[in-house]
Amino acid sequence: MKVEQISIFIENKSGRLAEVTGILGEAGINIRALSLADTSDFGILRLIIKDPEKALQVLREHNFTVSKTDVIGVEVPDKPGGLSSILKILDKNNVNVEYMYAFVERSGDNAVIIFRFDNIDEAISALTRNGVKILKGEQITSI
Amino acid sequence: MIWNDDFETLPREALESLQLKRLQQTLERVYATVPFYRETYKKIGISPADIKSLDDLQRLPFTLKQDMRDSYPYGLFAVPLEQIVRIHASSGTTGKPTVVGYTRRDIETWTELMARSFVAAGTHQGDVIHNAYGYGLFTGGLGAHYGAERVGASVIPMSGGNTKKQLMIMQDFGSTVLTCTPSYSLFLAEVAAEEGIDIKSLKLKVGILGAEPWSEKMRQEIEAKLNIKAVDIYGLSEILGPGVGIECIEAQNGLHIWEDHFIPEIIDPETEEVLPVGEKGELVITTITKEGIPLIRYRTRDITRLIKEPCICGRTHARIERLSGRSDDMLIIRGVNVFPSQIESVLFNVEGVEPHYQLIVEREGTLDTLEVQVEVNEQSFSDEIKELQHLANKIRKEIKDLLGVTCKVRLVEPKSITRSEGKAQRVIDNRQKES
Ligand SMILES: [Zn+2]
Repeated sequence: MKVEQISIFIENKSGRLAEVTGILGEAGINIRALSLADTSDFGILRLIIKDPEKALQVLREHNFTVSKTDVIGVEVPDKPGGLSSILKILDKNNVNVEYMYAFVERSGDNAVIIFRFDNIDEAISALTRNGVKILKGEQITSI
Repeated sequence: MIWNDDFETLPREALESLQLKRLQQTLERVYATVPFYRETYKKIGISPADIKSLDDLQRLPFTLKQDMRDSYPYGLFAVPLEQIVRIHASSGTTGKPTVVGYTRRDIETWTELMARSFVAAGTHQGDVIHNAYGYGLFTGGLGAHYGAERVGASVIPMSGGNTKKQLMIMQDFGSTVLTCTPSYSLFLAEVAAEEGIDIKSLKLKVGILGAEPWSEKMRQEIEAKLNIKAVDIYGLSEILGPGVGIECIEAQNGLHIWEDHFIPEIIDPETEEVLPVGEKGELVITTITKEGIPLIRYRTRDITRLIKEPCICGRTHARIERLSGRSDDMLIIRGVNVFPSQIESVLFNVEGVEPHYQLIVEREGTLDTLEVQVEVNEQSFSDEIKELQHLANKIRKEIKDLLGVTCKVRLVEPKSITRSEGKAQRVIDNRQKES
């Protein structure tokens, strides 16, 4: 149920984001989901892609600092209250969310939220016990 | 192993009386042949005959790099040009270079001292010495070359640059000893890794590294990455070139200064007073055998301290501690003295951080600002902003704790800090432009 996410360290200067996506594009790697967290000096680009190993290799060749993290993807109805019910479950079970970001499925009705937890196994168990549907890796990367 | 047992293990008393004799001869000579010294000494009413003990040396004024510049090119030479067989010059970053001339005997002395240094570093006949110090006006290449030949080793005169070719030669020729700057040795390791060459599997066993200050932690990194013993060598072209001092491989703790040719002193760079043995300050060197361009109490600008305790290797010559910076490199930031090497040692102590850094100094209004740029590698990287901010804060706090100076720490991408194939450019001081 875990999805491999790759993170890339980038300096906050213009063109760096385009450079990363350009390198991946040239290598034939499609980005499924992307989120950029940044400060005034630097940013962390987080990507969900089909072939994380290849992306890591290509980016390392271009001297980027990269890492791989396990995250999970949850499908949330794209309507008010969709997210808050999930957060309530996590809160009740004392599961800490490090960060999250959303993207909308191409088909339309549902949003997919990517979660990064400090304790991913506990999070998975709490969510499944409460009937939340966790997407499989290939379900996300084939979106 | 010791190259020249007679001189390298000379009892202190005999060594010091030899020093005094040679000092007096040198003073007589420069007084007779170099107007700069004669005029300076006359002005303060002192003559060579007044120097009756080694302590009397303190009565003489210093010689500065500026004095060499002012007498450009040959003004400080103590012999006519016909007796000079080699001329070197230091790369003057500003203005004219400083020029040094060697008589045939000076070259012989240099060769002898470099041979002593190579042997002290564990090198011998049968070694293949990969000499990546620059050949040319810079003293490094030729200085190491002559000494290596004297020892009977096979010298590869590589000079600097063309790193991939260096690695190929190193692999194919079976180099056992590497001579270059410490930062270039790390650069070689880095390029080797990129090229898929396992540098640890090469025949290299010793690196004789110098021409820039480097920390103990950097030594550990070099030794681990290249699988060699890294030995520190000291020299400066004004005094001789490489081979003024060397660490013995037995102790790797302080560099023996060849005291039968040089007299080292440590002074306070501000007050110019000689400091008690063991205190840290600026190294001052007097040459006592040089013919071409003898220098009396030359201010090296290098910061170190003298170690007079006997060394386990058996050599009786005093040691200097590894350089902790240059009094010129010393940055004064809001009144606080900061050496780049201190920042480096802080970074080495922060888990996962690589010693690739650059210091940017600016002046905002009347206030100096220091920015420390540190490369983020895969060990120090985290996918969480707060972890990286924590890392930057930790570095900032450690620098504040150790140096008492507040700085901004900026995390940067790997290799975004310019790598140089020679000396690493650690400091960009933008304050000078404004004055
Ligand atoms: Zn020793």
